[in-house]
Amino acid sequence: MTWSELIMSWAEWLYANWQFVVCGIVVAVLVLYGARKQGHELIRSLCRVMSDGLRLMAKSALLAEQRVSARNKEVLINAGKESVERVIEREFHRVDAVVKRDLGGFPVLQRAMAEQVSLIDEDYQASSELAPPPPEWLKAVEGVAKLPSKGDSSVLNILKEIHKTTTQQYKNIMAEYQRAVGIHHAKLNKLLPYWRKVTQTLDEVGKTITGIHERARIIDNRMEEYEQIRSKTDTAERMLTSSSLTQFFISGFALIIAILGAYINFHLIAEPMSEMVGAGKFMNLWFIKFRIADVAAMVIIMVEVAMGLYLMEALRITKLFPVIGHMDDRMRYRMIWITLSFLFILAGIESALAFLRDQIAADRQALIKSLGGETGVSQVSWIPLVGQMVMGFILPFALAFVAIPLESFVASLRTVIGKGFSAFLRCLAFCLRLVGNIIRHLGVFLINLYDVIIFLPLWIEDLIKGKKKDIEKTEIKQEVF
Amino acid sequence: MKKIIIIFILGILFSLHGCTDTPTTIGVYMLMDTSGTYTKQLEQAKRIINYLLGTLNPGDTLAVARIDSGSFSEKDIIAKATFDQRPSVAVKQKRVFEKTVSDFITSVKGSAHTDITGGLLQAVEYLEEAKPGKKYVLIFSDLEEDLEEGHTRDLNKIDLDLNGYNIIALNVTKLLPDQANPQKYYDRLNMWEEIVTKRGGNWRKINDLDRLTTILEEE
Repeated sequence: MTWSELIMSWAEWLYANWQFVVCGIVVAVLVLYGARKQGHELIRSLCRVMSDGLRLMAKSALLAEQRVSARNKEVLINAGKESVERVIEREFHRVDAVVKRDLGGFPVLQRAMAEQVSLIDEDYQASSELAPPPPEWLKAVEGVAKLPSKGDSSVLNILKEIHKTTTQQYKNIMAEYQRAVGIHHAKLNKLLPYWRKVTQTLDEVGKTITGIHERARIIDNRMEEYEQIRSKTDTAERMLTSSSLTQFFISGFALIIAILGAYINFHLIAEPMSEMVGAGKFMNLWFIKFRIADVAAMVIIMVEVAMGLYLMEALRITKLFPVIGHMDDRMRYRMIWITLSFLFILAGIESALAFLRDQIAADRQALIKSLGGETGVSQVSWIPLVGQMVMGFILPFALAFVAIPLESFVASLRTVIGKGFSAFLRCLAFCLRLVGNIIRHLGVFLINLYDVIIFLPLWIEDLIKGKKKDIEKTEIKQEVF
Repeated sequence: MKKIIIIFILGILFSLHGCTDTPTTIGVYMLMDTSGTYTKQLEQAKRIINYLLGTLNPGDTLAVARIDSGSFSEKDIIAKATFDQRPSVAVKQKRVFEKTVSDFITSVKGSAHTDITGGLLQAVEYLEEAKPGKKYVLIFSDLEEDLEEGHTRDLNKIDLDLNGYNIIALNVTKLLPDQANPQKYYDRLNMWEEIVTKRGGNWRKINDLDRLTTILEEE
């Protein structure tokens, strides 16, 4: 029955029973008029109860939202603290590595420098021992030589001899002096490489110190951030929330890619897996039916992912399983090798399954062709086969890295869910309050509507009351006059 | 918390309790009429068998039997196989199956009589033992029963339950008397339909062999 047909049938019914309908309306109006006070009270109290109840619920929702927000903040701060602690720890490890690598040999370096300095000192000392200058008395001898001989040949000869002797001695002394100066210069020349070596060593030390200084600056910044987080400031919370949301979306995107990879991987090995566990076997989980071969393929993929998780954990890239992270280094290295071996074996199995898949498909194709009456061997390209095998080998290793986005996703999911729940509670509180207010105003509207329905008896009542008032007024006036 | 985890694990184990081989395997028993002139139609039957071999999966069952003068016998089964769970082995089985059927078709000699009811009884017996999830009996015949003297096939006295069976008549050719009076043809079809549906089975007729894909569809 359509709407128009329904309306028409109603109209026909009303037309046929109009007396009954009119009587019913009159009786209803009279009843409503008679129970007007109680009716108003009923509407008012009903609306008040509902409105107050909703307001109370809104308040509860807001309180719950505050608790959730506080809890979220706590979780966020703790996560942020842990993250910054990890960064600071890593920076300290780097500084430690630099110190061990570059400054670990500092005592040897210091000894070498001391030796070089002592050598320089010795050479310097040696270079400072200069030959004595020409003696002072030579000037006196020169003075004697310049004395006038006054024609006395014996005196002249003596003076000549004295002059000759002193000149010879002077030459000898000057030659000795020049030789000493030469040795001094040679020694100073020998000092040059030492000085260069010392300069180089000092440069190296300077570079190392600069690197450490840079690291110290980073650590300072991180420490400042850490202090902010520890003091639970709003800025720190906002920063962490933003960072968490970014992490959530990025890691979610990476996980979607990984899931697609796993899906392709699944299709690569599900079919050939039936060769091992049977093609026609199923298992029921509640009302869903799964092919055992599909389940087996899925288990292999899950094992690969699990191995990847353990590997990343053992490499200390992720921190999902603290037990693995806290193992001693020897045990951890063993774990790395074991998980890597498993991954390698699984990759080999997948590659073999990919090969088997191609063989099964080719076999089936050949059967269908022969059943269809076709003869001859079709040309089979080896490129898809190689491609499948390579994919089968690579995908397990690629899936192993899913641990990294998974950790970020899990960590950020808590914040996102908390924030989402908090927003939901806020919305709920708003809606409840809104509905409460609407109901309160609806009560007023319904009271007015009630009066509109019984407007005729009310109007008559007003008329009677008006006449009574007029009579009373005239009576009062008459009494006054 | 521990209790919740234990309950959860127990729940999973309980729900996995139903892990079994699938009951959705298919069992097909095909009856081929080898009487008189109908042997000329057997190439068409080969097409159907080849289609079935290409369609059936590992774990499914296929049997092909001939309809001759006395079809209620295991000797009339030409080839039968429940395909192995491993696809590669199943493919080998299918090759052998196809060769057996081909050899039979090239060397078949027409029988004097046509015992369709006996073949149907044999088919039901075979499929009851094979226990597939879905049961199909394909009757490749003109449905004109012609029993040998002394053979009795009174289905009213035999407890034949066809509940869960899909009986499909294939390539029901029109005989010469049908040309003169088509009612005979329809009477013959109606008789078989009544026999099947009265005993709980589903009845179908496919004459257009280009529509082979509809063979294994459920009603």
